[in-house]
Amino acid sequence: MRTAPRLLTAAATALALLLTGCSGDSGDDDGKITLQFQSLAWQKESVDANKALVEEWNATHPDVKVEYVQGSWDSVHDQLLTSFEGGEAPDIIHDASDDLADFAYGGYLADLGELLPDRLKSDIPKRSWQTTTFGGKVYGVPFLQEPRVLIANAKWLKKSGVRIPTPEKPWSWEEFRDVSEELGDGEDGKYGVAWPLKEPVSATLNLSLSTGGQMFHRGADGKVDVRFGEADEIMPRTVHDQVNDDKSASGTTLGMGGSDTLPGFFGGKYAMVPLGFSYRQQIVQQAPKGFDWQVLPAPAGSEGLAQGVSPQTLSVAEDSPHKKEAAEFIDFFLQPDNMVKLARGDWMLPTGKEALKDPALRTGKHDWAAGTALAEDLRSAPAQSVRGYPEWKDKVATPAFQEYYSGAIDLDELRERLVEDGNLVLARYQR
Amino acid sequence: MMRTKKSTRAAQYVALAAYLVFLAFPFLWLISTAFKPARELGSLDPTWIPKDPTLENFRQAFDEQPLLQAAGNSLVAAVSAALIAVVIATPMAYVMARHRTRLAKAATGWVVVSQAFPFVLIIIPLFLILKNLHLINSLLGLIMVYVVWSLPFALWMLVGYVRAVPAELEEAAAVDGASRVRTFVSVVAPLLAPGIVATAMFAFITAWNEFFFALVLLKTPEKQTLPVILNRFIGAEGVADLGPLAAAAFLATIPSLVIFAIIQKRITGGMLAGAVKA
Repeated sequence: MRTAPRLLTAAATALALLLTGCSGDSGDDDGKITLQFQSLAWQKESVDANKALVEEWNATHPDVKVEYVQGSWDSVHDQLLTSFEGGEAPDIIHDASDDLADFAYGGYLADLGELLPDRLKSDIPKRSWQTTTFGGKVYGVPFLQEPRVLIANAKWLKKSGVRIPTPEKPWSWEEFRDVSEELGDGEDGKYGVAWPLKEPVSATLNLSLSTGGQMFHRGADGKVDVRFGEADEIMPRTVHDQVNDDKSASGTTLGMGGSDTLPGFFGGKYAMVPLGFSYRQQIVQQAPKGFDWQVLPAPAGSEGLAQGVSPQTLSVAEDSPHKKEAAEFIDFFLQPDNMVKLARGDWMLPTGKEALKDPALRTGKHDWAAGTALAEDLRSAPAQSVRGYPEWKDKVATPAFQEYYSGAIDLDELRERLVEDGNLVLARYQR
Repeated sequence: MMRTKKSTRAAQYVALAAYLVFLAFPFLWLISTAFKPARELGSLDPTWIPKDPTLENFRQAFDEQPLLQAAGNSLVAAVSAALIAVVIATPMAYVMARHRTRLAKAATGWVVVSQAFPFVLIIIPLFLILKNLHLINSLLGLIMVYVVWSLPFALWMLVGYVRAVPAELEEAAAVDGASRVRTFVSVVAPLLAPGIVATAMFAFITAWNEFFFALVLLKTPEKQTLPVILNRFIGAEGVADLGPLAAAAFLATIPSLVIFAIIQKRITGGMLAGAVKA
């Protein structure tokens, strides 16, 4: 029977060789360069904006053609990994900064430090470049980002008489807890807030930056260890107490994703839902007619409104033979006007300082201005350059936070697991 | 033969109905979602029958993604893979079933073990092989992968069906002077027809639903299959464009349902035949 697979392989190979001429990659013809640009845009406005920019480039750059390739967020990591290993990666790669570290350390991405023009380097703030800088090298251009905001039932808030926070005068975490309790304590099935914490780790780490929480600390020797100090406790303790003591937060939403909480929000069960800024699009599409909502800044701490983000990025594959041209396309693609188009298509904020000045992003319509006001406070998400973070997150932190938020374990147990179990995991990556 | 009590019969029907409802629930919910307007999708009180049914999700799905082209690609890949797998597996299964040597037993064991390999283990070497053959971004390359992927299980299924065919029939044919090949073609193959159809159906469904190989091997939208295109309705952090996704997914189930409806009787017969121990 051992012959069967051999025969199969031989037959398949012969068939493939016969048909080799029927397929294959499009190479450089007539000295013209073809670049593949894999985009993860998925909403219609965003895809349209991406394709329009590619067409514009192709119309004005006859010698460097860009080919639009559609990718998807859901599977981009595996798909890219396979493409890198197979030497078939697209030249220009759209991804998120928290997915870049593995590829950067693996040598799959080009260092863009010398390839990008000063215009682009200076247009994007240093704090955003930090999200894509690993070991002193820049592996991507961060161009779209979104803060986590509180999306509130405006009518409910107004009726309650609570102080409405602004970016200039936000709620502290303590005040947020008090307001939530005032808005609803679970009686009649109404809650002040619904925390969708199906993925609790990034939400907790990113929002804890406002209180000075850092969790990951890099020593002089470059090694990272996990600590869970007082600054790290404030945000998770607030959520825990809202759910378990005050009953101002619904326990049932802890296992939900952001979209899952929207029906309850529209149905008047929750006064506020902490969500990404781009969720406004779903709210505009799905909210009942006349539903009055507004965007509020997330609570602030000792570090003000600071919070972590993992921006969308554009990178260039190390294997690309046309890195210079790829960088030129990225420069064109991320001109301020184009960044505005991309941001509007994705309902997110651009990283570029010039783009952020655009009136279209400072309008009160759909509360664009409320989000734009937060752009300066966005920082690199903690730990995204820490090796071993994905394992720490999946095996240690996710179950620990889930149990803590639901009341199954206390703060001491949470600390013990995050730190002791966590450092054992990280140690394996830092030998 | 014992007569079934009325109460037992009633309980059986209730259990069957409950099972059917359980099986049908996701599909019915999919249909319901496909016809709901966006505002109804966000309602706290979900309804089975849309209050304000709309075709907007279908319009949007077709407008945003090349669904028909993708369905065509899926159909070509799945039908080709099913046919080729059956053509290769049938004679192999006959040999394995009728010649019970150590080699045949080892081959059967290998077939079972090969099903345990995860996709991620083989995708990179496979990618490299197909790249060298210039078969990346080619439906032909994908079909080859699907054939190889479905072949072991197809073989395993067909061995069971071959063993269910009484060897005495072949002996009688041999007595009448028929050759091995003639016996196989004229006596065994017609009896195997239900099993072959069931196996082809399995290979078809496997290829029709397959996502990961298609995602990695096909790059341009003109070549991509339905599961890859459906994935585009899902954004970062699992946020989905639910209405158009449901509409597109509903359309994607139709070919399988139609094929099942057409050959249902043959499949049932084939499964029963395969269940008989030789």
